[in-house]
Amino acid sequence: MIPPGLTVMLFLQGSFSGRGMKKQTIDSRPTGPKPLYDPRVRALFFQVISLAAVFWVGWVLIDNTLSNMQSRGISTGFGFLGESAGFGIIMHLVPYDATMSYGRTFWVGLTNTLLVSAMGIVTATILGFVIGVARLSSNWLVAKVALVYIEIIRNIPLLLQIFFWYFAVLSNLPSPRQSVEVGGALFLNNRGLYLPGPVLQDGFGLVWGAVVLALVAVVGVRVWAKKRQLATGDIFPTFKVSIALLILLPLVAYFIAGRPLEWDLPALKGFNFGGGITLIPELVALWIALSLYTASFIAEIVRSGILSVSQGQTEASKALGLPNGLTLRLVVIPQAMRVIIPPLTSQYLNLVKNSSLATAIGYPDLVAVFMGTTLNQTGQAVEVVAITMAVYLTISLLISLFMNLYNRAVAIKER
Amino acid sequence: MKSMTSVALGIAFCASALTTTSVFAATTLESVKEKGHLQCGVTSGLPGFSQPDEKGAWTGIDVDTCRAVAAAIFGDAKAVEFTPLTAKERFTALQSGEIDMLSRNTTWTLTRDVSLGLNFAGVNYYDGQGFLVNKDIGVDDATQLDGATVCIQAGTTTELNLSDYFRTKGMEFKPIVFDTSEQTVQGFAAGRCDVLTSDRSQLAALRSKLSDPGSAKILPNTISKEPLGPVVRQGDDQWFNIVKWVLNVQINAEELGLTMANVDDMLKSDNPSVQRLLGTDGDMGAKLGLPDDFGYAIVKQVGNYAEMYNRNVGPDTPLGLERGINALWTDGGILYAPPVR
Repeated sequence: MIPPGLTVMLFLQGSFSGRGMKKQTIDSRPTGPKPLYDPRVRALFFQVISLAAVFWVGWVLIDNTLSNMQSRGISTGFGFLGESAGFGIIMHLVPYDATMSYGRTFWVGLTNTLLVSAMGIVTATILGFVIGVARLSSNWLVAKVALVYIEIIRNIPLLLQIFFWYFAVLSNLPSPRQSVEVGGALFLNNRGLYLPGPVLQDGFGLVWGAVVLALVAVVGVRVWAKKRQLATGDIFPTFKVSIALLILLPLVAYFIAGRPLEWDLPALKGFNFGGGITLIPELVALWIALSLYTASFIAEIVRSGILSVSQGQTEASKALGLPNGLTLRLVVIPQAMRVIIPPLTSQYLNLVKNSSLATAIGYPDLVAVFMGTTLNQTGQAVEVVAITMAVYLTISLLISLFMNLYNRAVAIKER
Repeated sequence: MKSMTSVALGIAFCASALTTTSVFAATTLESVKEKGHLQCGVTSGLPGFSQPDEKGAWTGIDVDTCRAVAAAIFGDAKAVEFTPLTAKERFTALQSGEIDMLSRNTTWTLTRDVSLGLNFAGVNYYDGQGFLVNKDIGVDDATQLDGATVCIQAGTTTELNLSDYFRTKGMEFKPIVFDTSEQTVQGFAAGRCDVLTSDRSQLAALRSKLSDPGSAKILPNTISKEPLGPVVRQGDDQWFNIVKWVLNVQINAEELGLTMANVDDMLKSDNPSVQRLLGTDGDMGAKLGLPDDFGYAIVKQVGNYAEMYNRNVGPDTPLGLERGINALWTDGGILYAPPVR
């Protein structure tokens, strides 16, 4: 039997050698090498063979798996995604109940993964930058505290840290009936943190309108202020004005519309709290552990970034009369970012992938829900694992893409 | 040159992919005999069912089921190696051929029997799902559990039964799903949930792991049927028959009054049922591809069903489970094995 790749390969070889010939006439070289001895043709020939072989191996593996599974009576295919799941999930950002499909459990798991990853990335970045700068502080105590933090946190396995936050810290909170209470609206116990949930009433559209208006106004002010600064050299307090706009406009609209917002307060019903918004301990423990752990790495990246900016830059900036804050913001950080961004990207990727440790403490992320319960109830390991791997790959590639775009924006411009 | 290497690698890889099919060509019995031991999948630690003792030796009713199969094949109940598996890993381990049989507290359901490429060879313990609650919450019956937070182990039928039960009763619940039963107990002990749900036989064992077992109690409700038994791969009928009949021999042995202590004397018995079971008459073993005295080896080394039960989960063990429905049909239970003839 001729492997399917072979015919394609022969066909391609013909067309490539044809192109080679045409090129030779354009180059008007008197005698070119025969296609068999043309290095370009040879290179292409072997690349096509390799490519065909790779596809063929892939095809054989898939085909072999499928036929083996069929011969052993194991169900295959993606039909199971439409079947009713029949199990409960504690936390879901998309509507879910046990009567919905296995396909829906995928979305529940995915959104939970994205939520904890996004929360982790934001806090790890902020914390990492603060600690990284603190590490370089001229204050001995601050610098040493940052050093101790980094050396402790990054040298303990993440899984242990997750267990620590979950079992050692959060489980020592009181039971629901002895909750820590703040003003009858905020409750903390071993079932989670309960917050009042906003309930939007009619007329809240006006407030949204004011938010949009404020955003437009902020952009306008910034453009105008920059133009004015370039023209006259006067500095306009853009930041303060922007904050004032963003707070005041929606607030005014809120009162004009007759305060169209009510709060759903959590209350003890039976043995648990109901109503409001719940942050479950699993989410909090995972969030804290991921943030602290990744922040310790980000801090070192930030430190190396800042140290990479030559001392002369700071001295030059000081010589121009810029104060410390502006030196850091306008001179040092923009140059440090070029060093910081690439390793920062890989820390973000690590954080997203590490979030799959959720399964150890029962946070319903993609691995726990979809690759855990769904896989086990359907038994379709190959399909479920393939989907899950594809999802993590996609998330990681998307993060890389956006970080690379950002990197290109801050990278040094060679003119 | 680089491309040439990758082509060669590719071809080698293909060849290996194609040859993997032949690994499964030999029957399970042949491959077990060749290895010289039985590879058996068990839990990673569940008192009474499969748990390593302080010396590292595995004990439990599921473990003894494996030992009985080993005794039948090799005449040596010790020719077993155990692979501890979580609930999530168990079926894949069996499907992939990593283990020869699964004896891991596994509920027999239609979906598992039909769509996983596996066969359930019988039932070695009839169980049902129940609830373990903290005494503090003052609940006496499962119908009072509306709004409760429930700790469960991932990848079990328990997850589905729980959801069905609360839905049909019109009650709400919040599931916290852990990977292993140790973590589930830890979560319950830490007060993360009001209720722990599992098979009733496990609840007693899990409760004994709490620092203060008296602080929790088992509710009287049984919300599901959980027939637990050994599992084998589909498509090898001989192996399926061996595991099935090893279990049946143990149950028949109890019915015939054969025990570890009296089995040597019973070799002289003139009861034809006893003779067939112990292999002093007939060729029952040969029909299964086993030595004719396989029944004798099972009873001599592992014992009959009652001995296996009482040793591991019976009233005199820490679990203290009465025979209940797991008694012989002649004693008011539902154990009824087809005759060895």
